[in-house]
Amino acid sequence: MPGITREEVAHLARLARLELAEEELDHFAGQLDDIIGAVARVSEVAEQDVPPTSHPLPLTNVMRADEVRPSLTPAQALSGAPAQEQQRFKVPQILGED
Amino acid sequence: MTVTELLSYEAALASFDPVMGLEVHVELGTKTKMFCGCSTELGAEPNAQTCPTCLGLPGALPVVNEIGVESAIKIGLALHCEIAEWCRFARKNYFYPDMPKNFQTSQYDEPIAFNGYLDVQLEDGEVFRVEIERAHMEEDTGKSTHIGGATGRIHGASHSLLDYNRAGIPLIEIVTKPIEGAGERAPEVAKAYVAELRELIRALGVSEARMDKGQMRCDVNLSLRPHGTKTFGTRSETKNVNSLRSVERAARFEIQRHAAVLESGGTIVQETRHFHEDDGSTTSGRIKDNAEDYRYFPEPDLVPIAPARAWVEELRQGLPELPRVRRNRLREEWGVSEQEMQSILNAGAVDPIVATIEAGADAASARKWWMGELARNANEKGVSLEELPITPADVARVSTTSWPARSSRASSPARAPRTRSSRSAV
Ligand SMILES: [Zn+2]
Repeated sequence: MPGITREEVAHLARLARLELAEEELDHFAGQLDDIIGAVARVSEVAEQDVPPTSHPLPLTNVMRADEVRPSLTPAQALSGAPAQEQQRFKVPQILGED
Repeated sequence: MTVTELLSYEAALASFDPVMGLEVHVELGTKTKMFCGCSTELGAEPNAQTCPTCLGLPGALPVVNEIGVESAIKIGLALHCEIAEWCRFARKNYFYPDMPKNFQTSQYDEPIAFNGYLDVQLEDGEVFRVEIERAHMEEDTGKSTHIGGATGRIHGASHSLLDYNRAGIPLIEIVTKPIEGAGERAPEVAKAYVAELRELIRALGVSEARMDKGQMRCDVNLSLRPHGTKTFGTRSETKNVNSLRSVERAARFEIQRHAAVLESGGTIVQETRHFHEDDGSTTSGRIKDNAEDYRYFPEPDLVPIAPARAWVEELRQGLPELPRVRRNRLREEWGVSEQEMQSILNAGAVDPIVATIEAGADAASARKWWMGELARNANEKGVSLEELPITPADVARVSTTSWPARSSRASSPARAPRTRSSRSAV
């Protein structure tokens, strides 16, 4: 099993817009390695006759009619927001764009 | 500000062949969002059309809008695509506040429609076939307002404000195969393609496809390769080009810019670019993340879509006459030249003329009224023909009524042959 490198953790952190310190890179590399190792055991258990699936139930075409249902009020929608302004979600400056 | 070096268009084409890819996003005109029952109506106050699903709150589950799927199939069929027997949605993961879920629900390697084409007609009548790679279903993002920057742009902003009313509105993304062999006409082909696609979407009744309202948006991907070579050059992706004229200008600008870089021995950076409406230029945006950086995977909260063949056939049977076919039929019925038809199109007079004929007028006088006096009138007022306070029924009544002889300028179109006596308008 190839280990997760600190370069890969740094790359993922950049994609996730997270700032990680040097020692955190090593810390998370180890953790992610453990998690992926645990999940990979599913492949050992599944035999060739078990096809990969994205949903546990053999269903298709679950759809709804195009009918409007009640939405939240703006106050309800914003109630969990750490910050708000002008009835909108307020988020920090977006870096690395434009 | 650095000035972008450009080669003249002629010099660029003397050395290089352009290869284009066009990605068009169409916002569907459904009543509700793609995966929840929130209304899609424009003009609501901020965050008044959101729910746990489109806000990405824990535990909320999406359910697919049936009309969203139906519209996607109709678009696919009208573009002569194959319709997937079975396909899934996928999560496109990215961290950006316009999507509160931290992923956009899209389709990846299993689009609902693929392998089609759209024939587009250039202004001189030449027909160019644009091959379609795929049309897939996805959802729109929320709307950001950047605060604190000098011009409301991200650069220099201290924070951003998010309205999620638009997040989750159904989008169909239509992607062409590389468009090769258009040569110097590449920008014209790009414009004609988007125009034709817009007409098609409207004819299908799945969206108004108003580019000025953001209901239809185009990304122009462009690369150059030296004449006689096969390998594609590195491409740039100009995002959100939002009018027909801009599509043409963006393609032209990028041809000239790429050529200048390549001629001077430089290399093109694969990046997104922003189009500027004021001067028709593009400027560098961000370096593209790789597809693998989006870590697409099948959406586990949604079950696969497997459109029954009977349903697909029913939708195929119900397709309206396609715009180009209709235009050619009308051109023959009206007995006008390719050029005349083009000016009727440009004037937005096709539908008014059809309606006037249906209301009892003959083709020649309907055309003369709408292309003559009424077109002048609309032009003077700066409005479209449909916005004039006269209806096709009025025009039909006037053109079929016998008037006492008059000599004013306005009466001249009515001198067309009067084959019918007064016939009541529909
Ligand atoms: Zn919702």
